Amino acid sequence: MKGDRAAPLDYLARWPFRLWIGLVAIFLYAPLLVLVAFSFNTSRRNIVWQGFTLDWYRAVLDDGDLLAAFGNSLTIAAVSTLVSLVLGALVAVACWRFRFPLKPVFEGALALPIVVPEICMGVAMLVFFSRIMPWPDGLAWPFSLGAIIIAHISFSFPFVAVIVRARLASFNRELEEAAKDLGAPEWRIFLDILVPHMRPALIAGALLAFTLSLDDFVITFFTAGPNTVTFPVKVYSMVRFSVTPEVNAASTLLLVVTVALTVIGLKIQGRDLGKMEGGH
Amino acid sequence: MPQQLIQFEGVCKRFGDFVAVETVDLGIEAGEFFALLGPSGCGKTTLLRMLAGLEVPTEGRILIDGQDMSGIPPNKRPVNMVFQSYAVFPHMTVEQNIGYGLRIDRVPEPERRTRVAEALALVKLDGYEKRKPDQLSGGQRQRVALARALVKRPKVLLLDEPLSALDAKLRETMRTELAIIQDKVGVTFVMVTHDQDEALAMATRCGVMNRGVLQQVATPSDLYEYPANRFVADFIGGVNLFEGRLVGDEDAHALIEADGARIWIDHGVTGATGATVWAALRPEKIELSHREAGASPPPTPACVPAGANLLEGVVRHLSYLGSETVYDVEVSGGRMVKVLRANVRRYEERGFEEDQPVWLSWSPRSPAVLLQ
Repeated sequence: MKGDRAAPLDYLARWPFRLWIGLVAIFLYAPLLVLVAFSFNTSRRNIVWQGFTLDWYRAVLDDGDLLAAFGNSLTIAAVSTLVSLVLGALVAVACWRFRFPLKPVFEGALALPIVVPEICMGVAMLVFFSRIMPWPDGLAWPFSLGAIIIAHISFSFPFVAVIVRARLASFNRELEEAAKDLGAPEWRIFLDILVPHMRPALIAGALLAFTLSLDDFVITFFTAGPNTVTFPVKVYSMVRFSVTPEVNAASTLLLVVTVALTVIGLKIQGRDLGKMEGGH
Repeated sequence: MPQQLIQFEGVCKRFGDFVAVETVDLGIEAGEFFALLGPSGCGKTTLLRMLAGLEVPTEGRILIDGQDMSGIPPNKRPVNMVFQSYAVFPHMTVEQNIGYGLRIDRVPEPERRTRVAEALALVKLDGYEKRKPDQLSGGQRQRVALARALVKRPKVLLLDEPLSALDAKLRETMRTELAIIQDKVGVTFVMVTHDQDEALAMATRCGVMNRGVLQQVATPSDLYEYPANRFVADFIGGVNLFEGRLVGDEDAHALIEADGARIWIDHGVTGATGATVWAALRPEKIELSHREAGASPPPTPACVPAGANLLEGVVRHLSYLGSETVYDVEVSGGRMVKVLRANVRRYEERGFEEDQPVWLSWSPRSPAVLLQ
C-alpha cells in the first residue's frame, strides 16, 4: 500500500488526511460556488437550476443605485487604503525607530481597533459622528463619504502598522548607516533604503486595508447617511426584500475584483521578497 | 610634531557605566594602513564608529586633516566605511550601489559613469554592473562595498572586520588584494580586526586594544618582537611567559630567576632589582635538542653563565601542522613550554616524539622583558 510507505511526516500520503482536506475545502468554498453558479440561473429564485443566462449581470449594470453604491465602495476603499498605508507605515517606523515615554501603552492602544468588536466600533463611530463631530450634510460627492472614510481608516491602519512593523524587524541597521556614511540625509535614507525594504509589507498591508474596507458592513452601516450607501449596505437592503440572482451577480463581481487584486498583490510581493533575500 | 591626518585627542566613550573606550590619544598619518586589533568587546569598533561619526565621543575630540569633527554628522565627513555585513543595498544593482554616494552628491551623470566604471575595474568587478546583490558571492559583495566607499574618494577608508565573513582561502587572497588596492589609491585605511594574523599581514601599523585601553601602537614586527606588556605579548602570536624576579641588572646584561628557570638577557633592564618581571619567549625562538642519559647539554654562548637559558624537559604532546610542528614540553615544576619547529626536511633521522627527554635552550637575545 502506498500509505504504508509514506515518510513519517508525509501526512498527505494518508487517505484520512486527504479526506479531511477535501471536507475543509468543501466547507469553505461550496457556498461561494453556489453563489457564483446561481448568478447565471434563469429562475428568479435561488433554489432550482433552470438554465444559463447573463440577464442578472445586465440588470446589475442597469441598476443605477447599485452601481453608485459600488462606486462609493471603491472610492472609500481606495482613499482609506492610501491614508492607512501612509499612517500605518509612519507609525510602524516610529515604533521601530524611536523610544518615547508610554511607548508600550501607545503600541497597545494601536492594536485596539484590531481586537475591539466591530459592533462596538460601529456604535462608537455613530455616537462620535452624531454628537461630537457631526460630518456636514450636503457636501459634494467624494467629500460626502468623509465620515465613512475616517471610520475605515481608523480600523485598517493598525493592520498596516502591524505588518510593516514585523517586516522592519528584519531590517539590517548597517544598511541605514551605510547610506548615511555615503552622504545621504535622513529623508533620502527613508526613501531610498527603508521604503524599498518595507515594500512587500506595504503591498500586503494595502491589500488587507483595501479588502477590509471594501467588504465592511457593520461599521459602515452605523456611519453611512441616506445618500452614502456602500455596496455591502446596498446588498443588505436588497436582500431584505428578496434574494434575487441580481444580488448573486453583484456579489460575484465583487468577488472577482478582490481575488484579482489579491493575486496581483501576492505576485508583486513574491517577486520583491525573492529579490531581497540575498542582500542581508 | 608632524601634521597627522587623523588625531584622537583624549577620546572617551561611555555607555552608561560601561567604559567602551578610555582616553585614547592616537595619531594616524596619511597613507597608512592602520589596524585596530583586539579581542571582541575591547572598544576597537566603537573607536572606528566614532571616527565615522556613527558614535559621538563622551569626551575628547577627533580631528581629520586638522578639522575638528565634533558635531559633524557621518554624511558630512571625509571618511567612508566598509561595514562588517557589507551593507550592500539589496534592491539596487551593483552599478546603482556604487553610484549611490555620487548620486547623493549630485555628481553629473557622465562623470558618475566614468568613476563607477573606474571603481568597478579597481575591484575587478567589470561586467557585473547590472547584477543584483543576491546574484553575487560573499567576496563579490565585499568588493561592491569597497568600491562604493572608494568611489567617493574619501580621505580615510574605514574597514570593520573586512575579512571575517569570508572563507579561509578567500581571506588570504583578499588580504593581498586589499593591500594592493590601498597602494593604488593611496587612501589612508583604518581597519578593525580581532584576527592578529590579518593585522600583522596587512597593516603598516597596529594599535592593540584591550578593555577600552590602547595598549600599544607599533609596526607589526615591533608588536611581535617588542611587546609593551603581557597582554600584547600574549595576544599577538604564541608566547611562553616566565614570571620571575630580576636578580641581576647591569648595563649589558640582566638575569631573571623564574622558579628554576634562569633567563639571561643580553641587555640591561630599567627596573629595580628584586622586582617582579616577565620574560616572554616566543615558541619559535626556543631550540630543542636530544637529552639521552649521559648526553651533554647543547653548547651555550660564552657570555651566558652555565645553566642559564637552558631547561630540561620531556615532550608531552606534539601537533604536526605540516610546515611546522608544535611541541608541548613539560619542564621541572610541571610548567608547560611551547616550542615551534619548522619542518625543514621531509624526513628526519632522529625526530622528537612524545615522552622523549629534551633540552630547551635559547639565545640571550630572544626573550623580551616585560615590566607590566
